Amino acid sequence: MLHTVNKSSFERNSLKSCINTIDDTSVILLIEDGVISATKNINSSMIANLANQGRVYALQGDVEARGVSSKLVDNIKLVDYTGFVDLVVEHGTSVSWV
Amino acid sequence: MAIKKFMYLNRRSSFGTVYAIESLEVVLVAAAFDQDVSLAFIDDGVYQIIEGQNTNGIGMKNFSKTFHALGDYEINKLYVSAESLEERGLSADDLMPLVYEDEDDNWVEKSSVKVVSNAEISKIMSKQDVCFSF
Amino acid sequence: MKISIQINEGPYQHQASDTAYQFAKAAIERGHEIFRVFFYHDGVNNASRFTIPPQDDRNIVNQWAELGIKNANGEPELVVCVAAALRRGILDESEAIKNGIDCNNIHPAFRISGLGQLIEAGIQSDRLVVFGD
Repeated sequence: MLHTVNKSSFERNSLKSCINTIDDTSVILLIEDGVISATKNINSSMIANLANQGRVYALQGDVEARGVSSKLVDNIKLVDYTGFVDLVVEHGTSVSWV
Repeated sequence: MAIKKFMYLNRRSSFGTVYAIESLEVVLVAAAFDQDVSLAFIDDGVYQIIEGQNTNGIGMKNFSKTFHALGDYEINKLYVSAESLEERGLSADDLMPLVYEDEDDNWVEKSSVKVVSNAEISKIMSKQDVCFSF
Repeated sequence: MKISIQINEGPYQHQASDTAYQFAKAAIERGHEIFRVFFYHDGVNNASRFTIPPQDDRNIVNQWAELGIKNANGEPELVVCVAAALRRGILDESEAIKNGIDCNNIHPAFRISGLGQLIEAGIQSDRLVVFGD
């Protein structure tokens, strides 16, 4: 499954709830203000392991718009909108943690 | 046409925003489509089905009573996160007694509400074809 | 692949409609079919032809219209939930007449219909993606 998270972990608990509820084969795509959770910060431990497993993506346009390209957690994979479409196609049902 | 599995993911309480009531409106319409419907209540979504909601003081419609009708539409899989309840100082006893009559078991009245762990919600979610979030 | 989209938020207030538009555009360019875009909650405000952004800003309503998402009969598949729309003052001609209001504001690239269209989109599509708050 593909799980999208669009809020910063400093604003909402959606990333935490998503991580608590996903199975071992799911991947996470951080979009909009969700990309703030892709940066190195006090909450990074939430996603570090998943990122090391290659299961965390971030939308490049949102990362660049927010000026945080150089601050990303290791092994976050950047995708453009076409990459977003491909993730939706490849990973089956998608769940939005709005 | 094959029956698809639809999950409705509810993570917000009832009245602060419109999402809860408009989600319930979709669920009621979905009942007419003969698909497999599950509702998940996670995070503050658990407050949508808490017993004793009274909106007299806020001038808004108390739609919580509508949840009682779901059983008549064969919508009887309401999964509630045990962890979300516990974090909020709630238990299954605080929830509305939502029931349905099981046609496969001599119309015995059964509870529609199933308090389950996040790990179980994860398994149920993995089997869905479509997940609506509001 | 057939993909449908649900949008829960209005234009400008929230990025949801922008993200959904970029996603839909990329999907079409990738050769996928956008079966339907369903506008719900405040998302119905994406359908107002009265939307007038400043000249140096994007026009979200027109962007959606220009994608030309239609079905085989040529009807728009940018679908606005009727109950959510009437609550928020988005009207087509027939709803305006029915309710005694002297004008309507829906953009012709959109159409108003019932919530069943969202469920049907879920049934008919290979994927359904939700964009919201």
